[in-house]
Amino acid sequence: MSISLEEVEHVALLARLELGPAEKEAYTQQLNAILGYMEKLNELDTENVEPMAHVLPLANVFREDEVKPGLAPEAALDQAPDKHDNQFRVPKIV
Amino acid sequence: MELYNLPVHELHRLLVERQVSAGELTATFLERIAAVEPAVKAYLTLTREQALAGAGAVDDTTGRGEILAPLAGIPAALKDNLCTRGTRTTCASRILEHYLPPYTATVVERLEQAGMVSLGKTNMDEFAMGSSTENSGFGPTRNPWDPERVPGGSSGGSAAAVAAGEAAYALGSDTGGSIRQPAAFCGVVGLKPTYGLVSRYGLVAFASSLDQIGPLTREVRDCALVLQAIAGHDLRDSTSAHVAVPDYTAALTGEIKGMRLGVPREYFPAGMDPEVKTAVRRAVDKLEELGAILEEVSLPHTEYALPAYYLVAPAEASSNLARYDGVAYGHRAGGADNIIDMYCRTRQEGFGPEVKRRIMLGTYALSAGYHDAYYLKALKVRTLIRRDFEQVFAAYDALVTPTTPTVAFKLGEKVGDPLAMYLSDLFTIPVNMAGLPALSLPCGFSQGLPVGLQVIGRPFAEATVLQIAYAFEQATDYHLARPDLGVRGEK
Repeated sequence: MSISLEEVEHVALLARLELGPAEKEAYTQQLNAILGYMEKLNELDTENVEPMAHVLPLANVFREDEVKPGLAPEAALDQAPDKHDNQFRVPKIV
Repeated sequence: MELYNLPVHELHRLLVERQVSAGELTATFLERIAAVEPAVKAYLTLTREQALAGAGAVDDTTGRGEILAPLAGIPAALKDNLCTRGTRTTCASRILEHYLPPYTATVVERLEQAGMVSLGKTNMDEFAMGSSTENSGFGPTRNPWDPERVPGGSSGGSAAAVAAGEAAYALGSDTGGSIRQPAAFCGVVGLKPTYGLVSRYGLVAFASSLDQIGPLTREVRDCALVLQAIAGHDLRDSTSAHVAVPDYTAALTGEIKGMRLGVPREYFPAGMDPEVKTAVRRAVDKLEELGAILEEVSLPHTEYALPAYYLVAPAEASSNLARYDGVAYGHRAGGADNIIDMYCRTRQEGFGPEVKRRIMLGTYALSAGYHDAYYLKALKVRTLIRRDFEQVFAAYDALVTPTTPTVAFKLGEKVGDPLAMYLSDLFTIPVNMAGLPALSLPCGFSQGLPVGLQVIGRPFAEATVLQIAYAFEQATDYHLARPDLGVRGEK
């Protein structure tokens, strides 16, 4: 499998990255080299192997539904690039 | 030896015997930082005032005649991906250049309770993505053994700080070797604990199924002491394991007679640095001399760990780093008139090239049509890697390998070739994929540069790993070597 310039542009949009023309070229070439190396994995027959997303035998972690102190609104908004009346302000969405 | 060159347990003794105060010790380290930091560049932020205040508080407790905890009053450094409330936490990224976290990581809280004197936050590859600290958004750190060479990465600042006497110990994080590889390159001890032993709460996430926090120290005993302070279950990390934390220093007996150690043949490939190979072979002989039983073993899927890792880690990273959108904190690009443009420009301006490359790779591996061929395939291979280890651990107590295929490489040498850079983590990555504990400690020199020996243990067998490392360390003197930074009055 190889990745085309158009696919790089599509993936960049999915990842919300505005890449310049030189970056798109470079990433196309580099991602192809890296993905070429990944082809090695196809040497292995994994038909009957279970995927492992996590190393620990984890189940859901539950706790009592008790109110505990959380982040105060002022602290949560403290680092916001733009805010208004206890809310994050962003450019036009629709 | 100068105070700044002493291990934590020696400094503790001096503090207990009142030969030095925490205030004097901190002042010594701050002077040392002032002298060598222009050449090493290990820190991104120094917290001088906080350090002196912390030391003063420790001296007050000794003044009252209270017993000092092992880490009380000892100056330390923190990798800059550990959140510290009110102290800048950048992950060496422009996108978080001015970020002041509203909370503190569990490990930092625990060290503060143990009396840590925090000197500052150390440089790293941006978001811990890299193997040389050259991917820092704020310039590279230099290897204290040779300023033309990299300290390794991503915890390069933490490793260099300890090696250069700019901190008595440091915390790093390890996703694919980011504690062990710089520890090997800088000639210090570095431990990646079992996944789940140490809370990740407050560690800025890179790849959540692989990340672990661990110590970088001069000696194995120090490593045991720091691990003791940070290990254990944390309600705030749902992947934190419910396991009993043993007394790690009790394992430091120097005794390894009859222990069965495997030496995986896949970790000595053709083309690796012959002097590194020789140093590790000699270390193997030394362990045998100490009474351990060493046998060659095989982990047949080793060569598949790296390609699988570079799908799993970027996939998780692409999801974790989606949060940097310019809305709630961090950098926001100006001038965008709709939100999608704001996101795209903010991320374009804020992230460096390697972070973008991995976000692209991860997004691609998870995207419609490619998920099964890449991501799912990698997760299945991960199972095979884990099984390799389970099989050898049925017959062996631990494994010993080189930590890296080469010694520290030159700055700029691998920057243009991402794949060559990735290969420097060949021997450390399988451990993260399997969630195991592993430690790197100095075992020799090649071209005047430190070589690391890696000890890999069964899940939650940190005590065994420390026991083996300690026995080797005490039977050799590599841990006593210090780099010459050309500063007057050194050694």
